[in-house]
Amino acid sequence: MNYLLLIAAMVAVTFLPRYLPFYLASKLQLPRSIEQALNYVPIAVLTIIVVQTSLFKDGQLALGLNNPYIGASVVAFVVALLQKRLFITIVAGMICYAILRYWFA
Amino acid sequence: MPADKLQSTIEGARDTLPLVFAAIPFGIVYGALGHAQGLPDWVVIAISMVVFAGASQFIAVTLMATGASIPIIVLTVFVVNLRHMLYAVSLIPYVKQFSQLKRLPMAFALTDETFAVTFNHATQHNPSAHFAHYYLGSAAFMYINWQLCTWIGLVAGNQIPQLTSFGLDIAMVVAFIGIVVPHLKMPSHWLCALVAALSGTVTYDWPNQTGLLFSAMLAITSGVMLENRLNKKEVI
Repeated sequence: MNYLLLIAAMVAVTFLPRYLPFYLASKLQLPRSIEQALNYVPIAVLTIIVVQTSLFKDGQLALGLNNPYIGASVVAFVVALLQKRLFITIVAGMICYAILRYWFA
Repeated sequence: MPADKLQSTIEGARDTLPLVFAAIPFGIVYGALGHAQGLPDWVVIAISMVVFAGASQFIAVTLMATGASIPIIVLTVFVVNLRHMLYAVSLIPYVKQFSQLKRLPMAFALTDETFAVTFNHATQHNPSAHFAHYYLGSAAFMYINWQLCTWIGLVAGNQIPQLTSFGLDIAMVVAFIGIVVPHLKMPSHWLCALVAALSGTVTYDWPNQTGLLFSAMLAITSGVMLENRLNKKEVI
């Protein structure tokens, strides 16, 4: 495999989607409705990444107790509702993950 | 660097610290995975240095192992990266004050993490001239950490071949939850998250993460429609 060609092509398809909107930023006057919609981007995209990563194992829906991602995600969700510090949410979620994994391994 | 700009840079790095922490296992697993797939070390390192996109790097390395051709790998990486376009569009109001020369490195370093932190900062504070420095602090911290972790993964992958099966992306999952939850302020935000979760589950097996893009559009539209509907009622 031609690694240099692959890396160059990957750079192109990674950089362009990131840069194109920035490049056009001054020329583009976004309609109010689009600006409103953009506030929902982080909620939508990150939620999808979360459910797709935690509910599926090896390409299969895994809703059982042997999937520690679910319990850890629920705990992280509750902890995040109770307080705002990201560190605490991450640590709580990971501790829960470790316990569940050990328990049901 | 003047003191106030330096302070913004440090602030950006500090706000990104939890996400840097969460990205550590991700980076290590990438390095170990690349090594396990038999890629030359320089390729694994070079991809981290010049592509700098976690999910895309994982997918590329996995596809290479299955013997996929270059066009397939590149096309998949492109589709996976389309969400960054949404991120970039969201940041337009805050980056248009800067020169094109400054926007280049900002775009290069636009990851899930730096987007989440800087967008949050920009919407909660009056977007100041120091936004570029705040962004720099966040992006540089993520970048340096990513390079170090790739390297650690390459070295550790030699010692612990089973490292990749450990499920280390849990840190990323709970970090994203911690980012999303504070955004859930209005009923329309909750609806958006709910639709995203349901649709993301149903469309999981759509090829090349087209399910992600479809679900994102559906969730965003649902949120906007509910917000407009509720606002209209208040006016009447």
